[in-house]
Amino acid sequence: MKLHEYQSKLLFSQYGIPIPRGRVASTAAEAKSIASELGGRVVVKAQVLVGGRGKAGGIRLAATPEEAQEVATQVLAMQIKGLPVRKILVDEAADIQAEIYLGVTNDRAARRPVMIASAEGGVEIEEVARTDPSKIARIHVDPLLGLREYQARDLAASIDLPRELWRGFTEIAQGLYQTYRECDATLAEVNPLVITKARTLLALDGKMVIDDNALFRRPKLAEMRDIDEEAPAESEARKYGLSYVKLDGNIGCMVNGAGLAMATMDVIQHAGGAPANFLDIGGGAGADKVAAAFRMILSDPNVKAVLLNVFGGITRCDEVARGILMAIEESKPRVPIVSRLVGTHEEEGRAMLAQARMEVASTLTEAAAKAVALAGKGQPA
Amino acid sequence: MSILINKHTRLMVHGITGREGMFHASQMMEYGTQIVAGVRPGKGGEWVLSGKVPVFDTAKLAAEATGANCDVIFVPANAAADAMLEAADAGIPLVVCITEGVPVQDMMQVRCYLDQKGTRLVGPNCPGLLTPGECKVGIIPGRIALPGNVGVVSRSGTLTYEVLYALQKQGIGVSTCIGIGGDPINGTSFVDALEMFEDDPHTEHVVLIGEIGGTDEERAAEYIADHMTKPVAAFIAGRTAPPGKRMGHAGAIVEGGSGLAADKIRALESVGVRVAEVPEAIPDLVR
Repeated sequence: MKLHEYQSKLLFSQYGIPIPRGRVASTAAEAKSIASELGGRVVVKAQVLVGGRGKAGGIRLAATPEEAQEVATQVLAMQIKGLPVRKILVDEAADIQAEIYLGVTNDRAARRPVMIASAEGGVEIEEVARTDPSKIARIHVDPLLGLREYQARDLAASIDLPRELWRGFTEIAQGLYQTYRECDATLAEVNPLVITKARTLLALDGKMVIDDNALFRRPKLAEMRDIDEEAPAESEARKYGLSYVKLDGNIGCMVNGAGLAMATMDVIQHAGGAPANFLDIGGGAGADKVAAAFRMILSDPNVKAVLLNVFGGITRCDEVARGILMAIEESKPRVPIVSRLVGTHEEEGRAMLAQARMEVASTLTEAAAKAVALAGKGQPA
Repeated sequence: MSILINKHTRLMVHGITGREGMFHASQMMEYGTQIVAGVRPGKGGEWVLSGKVPVFDTAKLAAEATGANCDVIFVPANAAADAMLEAADAGIPLVVCITEGVPVQDMMQVRCYLDQKGTRLVGPNCPGLLTPGECKVGIIPGRIALPGNVGVVSRSGTLTYEVLYALQKQGIGVSTCIGIGGDPINGTSFVDALEMFEDDPHTEHVVLIGEIGGTDEERAAEYIADHMTKPVAAFIAGRTAPPGKRMGHAGAIVEGGSGLAADKIRALESVGVRVAEVPEAIPDLVR
């Protein structure tokens, strides 16, 4: 789960990381009043969960409260990479002398956290990694020991940070690591961390991604989810404990198991078609789950056929078939459905579906070919 | 005829009194696995599975009383890290965690601690292991695999079953099937499994089932090039997966241009691994 800049910075400040004074607003009038409270120059920043806000014109300076209102009106009318701007952050403008980067994330291959610093801040760290990898310093953290002070100092030294700033930098690095730990983040990033003209450090922009699997123990963070920022079907799926990702094709897929769901998409493409979604209905394909899955798939107007692929390892296929038939009864799909059931009692299951005049297949390749043919015809069920 | 588990495995089931734990314990027992103990704090002294299996309050007590040498974990995600650490501290050399949804920071700590203890972990978020005809630890349906000489290693669950089933239909048997799990940080990697299959005299072919996310397949390719004498066939799921989206498994995501199916396929093919276009084509590649 991604957090907005204003949410991330608020969390950072709770761990002692200095951030600019400022507040979030959803109207231009609010922006104006925040700007007059702050006094002086402000920055109006679009709060959307995509990168490249600055390039898109979503980050603007304003010298007066009136100007803040004006640019806020413009920014709130924007769409950035397809996402409408619903909130803006109004921050006091900083006097920037230099921009650096500091972040902590999970290093999958090393199986431990890695803290990354760079003297090149304010640009994407992936970009720096590509163009000038020598500018990046990394330190792996022992997950049982946490980030030690000397490690933070090592980073400061590696990016040639002036010595007078080391103390502040070390505190920020440890605060950031603590934020990452205590929020179960998979990424906590300050970019840029600026050196102001007054020779202090300030976290100008922040980004956090929280581990979805840890939200059960972080209820306050779970409440921060911005459901405006995801496809409605994806939020709906989460309610039912399903995993759904919308794609661009016209063959809806419903599969038990994530790996098999991906493989099913691949086989559809191999057969000359294009999957409309990824959907894992998990174990035990009960009627209510299957019905919810049908609703989600059919909410996509591009869908011209549905491929249902269930490998009933221990679950019996006749029970799965019963679930499917009940779900169809309930949701009355408008497109043809090709079913493939494998496992215990698969013949019975297949016969039940065939009797209900559904297309059935015994192999995945056959099922995909049938779905591709039916989607091509675009015929109603 | 196998790696990690066989007919001598003495299994402890963590969370045996839960719905999942009880169901799968009975399935494992039916398959012939020797289940010697269950663990459930507060229920020590009870007997389950028709009075055949004693329940202990702690893994340590269970291990001491029964000599269990493998622990399979079915506890909820919020208790899984604790169960893995408990099993390691009880001196269990092989821990298999079926639980899905374990926080990744828990896994970093667990992995670090288990490495120090020398405990082998399989999973989490995995279907476990199956040595056909001898022993099943986890949830892989026993009837979809025959004993034989093909080693199978996979990051997935039902996709693995699909491949096992396809092999069985062609009469091809399996030495051991090991599901290493779909999480970004897990216990046993592809390389670990390949190493064990390479050393197992009864495994003649290996099937590797990978998916998008991470670089475990690329490292497997390096290992294959440098150390593997046995032929390897593979399937990589997620050619059609869009970048930046998590595909069900916590670890199945293409991030910052890394973890693409195409890169994994290229890496494996470049070291002589035959990569199937569809999972059902795997049996043709191991004959």
